[in-house]
Amino acid sequence: MSFNTKMFAGFQQLAVDLRSAVTTEECFVLTLSGEDSLFTRFNCSQVRQSGTVRDVRCTLKLFKDGRTCWQKFPCTGEVEIDRLQAQQALADLRGQITQISPDPYLVLPTGQEHSVSDRSGELLSADAAAATILAAVQGLDFTGLYAAGVNLRGYADRNGQEHWFSADTFTLDYSLFTSDGQAVKGAYAGAVWDTEKYQQQIDRSRQQLARLQQAPKSIQRGKYRTYLAPAAVADLVDMLAWGGVSEADLQQGQSSLAPLRDGNYLSSLFSVTEDFTSGMVPRFNQMGEVAVDRLPLIAKGKLVNTLVSSRSAREYSKAANGANDQESPRSPVVATGTLAQEQILAELGTGLYLSNVHYLNWSDRQSGRVTGMTRYACFWVEDGEIVAPIENLRFDASLYDFWGDDLLAVTNFSEYIATMDSYGGRSLGGSWVPGMLIQDFTYTL
Amino acid sequence: MSICNFFLSMLATALLQPENLDRILADLPIEADWIGLRWVKAIDRIRSARDGVPQTNGNSINSGVMVEVIVNEQIGYGATNLLTPAGIAAAAQAAHQQATATSKYHVHPWSIAQRPQTIGNYQSAQSGSLDSLSVAAIDELLIKICRSLKVSDQIVQTRAMVNTKEIETFYVSSNGSNIYQQVQLLVSDYGATAQAGNITQTRSNGGMSSHCYQGGWDYFDHPSLWARVQQIGTQAVELLTAQECPNTTTTLVLDPDQMLLQIHESIGHPLEIDRILGDERNYAGGSFIKPSDFGNLTYGSPLMNVTFDPTVSDEFASYGFDDSGTVAKREYLIQNGQLLRGLGGADSQARSGLPGVSCSRACDWNRPPIDRMANINLEPGDASFEEVIGQVESGIYMESNRSWSIDDRRHKFQFGCEYARRIENGQLTETLRNPNYRDITPKFWGNLVAVGNAETWKTYGSPYCGKGEPNQMIWVGHGSPVAAFANVEVFGGN
Repeated sequence: MSFNTKMFAGFQQLAVDLRSAVTTEECFVLTLSGEDSLFTRFNCSQVRQSGTVRDVRCTLKLFKDGRTCWQKFPCTGEVEIDRLQAQQALADLRGQITQISPDPYLVLPTGQEHSVSDRSGELLSADAAAATILAAVQGLDFTGLYAAGVNLRGYADRNGQEHWFSADTFTLDYSLFTSDGQAVKGAYAGAVWDTEKYQQQIDRSRQQLARLQQAPKSIQRGKYRTYLAPAAVADLVDMLAWGGVSEADLQQGQSSLAPLRDGNYLSSLFSVTEDFTSGMVPRFNQMGEVAVDRLPLIAKGKLVNTLVSSRSAREYSKAANGANDQESPRSPVVATGTLAQEQILAELGTGLYLSNVHYLNWSDRQSGRVTGMTRYACFWVEDGEIVAPIENLRFDASLYDFWGDDLLAVTNFSEYIATMDSYGGRSLGGSWVPGMLIQDFTYTL
Repeated sequence: MSICNFFLSMLATALLQPENLDRILADLPIEADWIGLRWVKAIDRIRSARDGVPQTNGNSINSGVMVEVIVNEQIGYGATNLLTPAGIAAAAQAAHQQATATSKYHVHPWSIAQRPQTIGNYQSAQSGSLDSLSVAAIDELLIKICRSLKVSDQIVQTRAMVNTKEIETFYVSSNGSNIYQQVQLLVSDYGATAQAGNITQTRSNGGMSSHCYQGGWDYFDHPSLWARVQQIGTQAVELLTAQECPNTTTTLVLDPDQMLLQIHESIGHPLEIDRILGDERNYAGGSFIKPSDFGNLTYGSPLMNVTFDPTVSDEFASYGFDDSGTVAKREYLIQNGQLLRGLGGADSQARSGLPGVSCSRACDWNRPPIDRMANINLEPGDASFEEVIGQVESGIYMESNRSWSIDDRRHKFQFGCEYARRIENGQLTETLRNPNYRDITPKFWGNLVAVGNAETWKTYGSPYCGKGEPNQMIWVGHGSPVAAFANVEVFGGN
């Protein structure tokens, strides 16, 4: 029996047990998140650390008399072991729930849907992964992380609603360095490892690295016409998950997008949709609610929808739209435009070409101002020709400018930027984003 | 007892117990040059309220084993939460397989020298049990804080949170190590957001989750709590009508609750030897520090004395031993402005030949140890708070971090705070909002012109230090006095 099959069967059994165990006054939600992964870390084209992690955890959320609390516990797939953990969790929660104040905005699960999504893949064997990856990077200063394995998500509740999602995936997140410390960033991700495609990816990175052989140019602070490649745009779009499109954040004075509620607009070239049609992430949330395939958030510069969880819906008298508890985008897609790949440098003319940005934060959230650094292959361009790589620059710019009147063009192609985070466990999904040409991007240090 | 319950009880006894870890080690079905087992058991409780309504009430029960194996001069790991003989054996075999499969690519010829034999115990100095407050009492406390923060109708959001964590670590190795550590962590946070028209300001108790300690409820439910809650609410409203922080270059005085972030980002991370060795270049970044800088570089002004100190009893990241089994002890990283040693554990010391500290740490059982900060502290000077402020003719005083960003080599930073005061002729005067500053690390620390005395020294911390591939979020502590820096670029909001 495969790990996925065993975990699914065990999870369903726990749900059956819990349905028998709860009283008529109680309701529960049981969720599962876990992985069985190989992590191989590289530095200087050698292996820094390599190992496996098998870690699955369940969260039991109990509801009673307008109150709720939850307990997370290890889940092993061995039903007898997990059953004890679930029983202990239920007992602990029963001991606590009466001590907690009622939540006037508490929402109970009501859905009746079932879904199963099993996305099997073809991954490198644990024995062969390091050798296969390093064979393609001989002679290069290669550093990064290969993470691969099965990722699991599950949902069950008292009403019988159940969802299961499993996906075999791999991500190779890497950098190639020159001898003086300049670097290009690359990523190869998917469900089916193809050594030929991987070699092609490395070859492209190797070509980019050749452009970094000359000394970097120091750029004075100021405003520059700037091209943001898709990976850089993806980092800016990520900011919408943190004080952005959340309805609760807007209601509580924590959102950078409040001016859009007051009749302001971004550029008509800028549109973002929460789009689950790629199937890379589960459509169900922590309450088992299933999001629609496509939910426009910003359409031609106008905020047309926010992400509304069922709790926010109740608190603010809005309609819930399947958002997660954090009301953050899970599968954002930014609309493409008309700028062709071969026209990027010509349209940029003289300015900065940013492949990546780094360490973004709100410098003034209320005015949508974001600060961060340039990183990796970033270039000074003159008259449509790349002149030299640049020394890293700090930018500090408002989204009301760079996604507003200063947004000149959006590329006619987009790239899938996979989420590489592995805090607690490997993340799922990513974003589809195009490149963007900005009139005046502000650099401060 | 029913038959079913009897059956379940029998199965439960088949589960292994961490107290028997040395027996489990002896029974592993692998041959290796060295084997280490680290069993981590943790109970994490988080409770929060917003606007006087419960927001989160949850417990995380966590238990798992990390097996590390050295074979053919390579180290491999396997981690599992299936705590049966078969589960741990499978993890050990996976670790052995990875060490074997990657041995020809090792970055360093690993040996038992990087995993010293150590025997000992460590327990947090506790000021009381975390069980002394009931769930109901915590619920009531958080709701009362929310209500007390709402000092005006202009307050549009209030929030309060407390997070406790009890972690037990059992570590044994094939060369005779046997370590038991138990730490008790407490993190608290509360704050208020005020709004008037299109102006919104948030004020918290020292920045996001900065109140981090090893200890009990005394660190949260203390006698000054309600006065501080009142002050936070009042300051949130005060900021609505405050002037914007000016755009200028001036003397900057930082409260210890902002120094925590300044120390963390511009001293702690650049001194991590694994960054200097390049391990983090694909994720967190490298460092502007070179191996040849240790013992030679002037990092800051002669007033700058920085220690790695995991021995401060109530500081957040104190411990007795790191996760490679090295005994923890206090060391100067920077003394009188001179860089002496880096943050590198046994692995990085062997690879680099540089002096390091006991800082090989893993955030959980499911991650291998890497170089991490523990407690990184700026040692106190001899000036009182009044003397630090009194010597500034014109400057800005800032408290409580709200924004942070620094480049991948830890050079160019920009930080923002919640609350500021103008300093004029040695006195704190008007309140300023949206204060930010930016600078370059060596220049900034070179301009350290005053360091407060022990009376101004406070400890804070963060549960959110992120680094590593796979990613690891770990807890760190930072103690600092108030400190003043000359010629810093400060600026306000739009």
